[in-house]
Amino acid sequence: MIANYGYQDGSGEYYITIDTDRCIECEGRWCVGACPQSLFVIEADDYDDEVATIAEGARKKLKEKCAACKPAGGHESLPCIDACRPGAISHSW
Amino acid sequence: MPEETKEFWRWSEKVWRDESIDWRGSRAITAGIDVGSVSSQAVILADGRLYAYHSTRTGSNSPDSARKALNGAMAGADMSQEDIRYVVGTGYGRVNVPFANRAITEIACHARGANYMVGPSVKTILDMGGQDCKVIRCDEKGKVQNFIMNDKCAAGTGRGMEVIADALGVPIEDIGRRSFEIDEEPPPVSNVCTVFAKSEATGLLKAGWSVNRVLASYCAAMAERVSSLIERMSVEPDFFITGGIAKNEGVVRRIERIIGIEAVRLPADTVLDPQIAGALGAALFAHALLKKEQKASAQA
Repeated sequence: MIANYGYQDGSGEYYITIDTDRCIECEGRWCVGACPQSLFVIEADDYDDEVATIAEGARKKLKEKCAACKPAGGHESLPCIDACRPGAISHSW
Repeated sequence: MPEETKEFWRWSEKVWRDESIDWRGSRAITAGIDVGSVSSQAVILADGRLYAYHSTRTGSNSPDSARKALNGAMAGADMSQEDIRYVVGTGYGRVNVPFANRAITEIACHARGANYMVGPSVKTILDMGGQDCKVIRCDEKGKVQNFIMNDKCAAGTGRGMEVIADALGVPIEDIGRRSFEIDEEPPPVSNVCTVFAKSEATGLLKAGWSVNRVLASYCAAMAERVSSLIERMSVEPDFFITGGIAKNEGVVRRIERIIGIEAVRLPADTVLDPQIAGALGAALFAHALLKKEQKASAQA
């Protein structure tokens, strides 16, 4: 499933997209350790597959939590995308 | 004597049971409860076969609405809650179903319910609920691949249609038919916001529009709003509509006209109702989860 987590403000829409079908076979779960804000957790979805998701308590704080990884923060690439070997994670920014 | 107030918005609550099934002979009785913002449904399966369902209005208390829906489905079957081995709650109030073994999102449940009703050919589902609408893409097993839902506003949803029914004094189940009893298709009302649409509708009546023309205009506006959501996702046939508005041909046919794809209709003699898709999906999940539990305990 394509799961989008994000927010909308005056400057546009920002969201992290996780293609959970690509997570299912992932053995490393590299995203969990890669995010400087520890946003990623592994949870069972509606089909009992263990997939990456954004931690419940962080979903409404992405504006602040992800700020440091936005292009203005000097990142050429994003730690979560770089770490995700199955290519399940993408960003709108 | 004061005149009796007629509730034009009130849709028919429905109870159905398959009298040919003796549930006592079943090994696995499972149930799905869909507590939505406007309506609640309970579906009971006997060994994975549809046994009974009840569709009713959601009250102010979600646990009570869940109990009312389930009690309605069990009524007359000499069945009690203890006879049901596994219950899955879904919908807006899914976390408030006190007797549920598990809560599953309505997105997953509607996809699974639609897959049961239509078959593996269904790929795109529009769930038109009481206060929101969602477009769901699923695979041939009914597993969700992607979905999109309307924003926070409840404009152009089932509750809006109820308000229009009351404002115009037309029974809600007649709206679809009457919206086609016009000479020429009018432009859609400019605003499907439940509050503004009501005042716009009364304004149009004062301007000399017929009731049917106003209904056509509101149905068209609702179809336009939903179609923009559908087009953001892109439709892959088969396309199926679930939820209460699926029974309003005035909206359904106008959506088809805009997106250029015909929605799958259930056969006229079916016992299935598109409004129970979420609860049916939840009941199917309950059946699968019970089997999984039984298998695990047999292996232990």
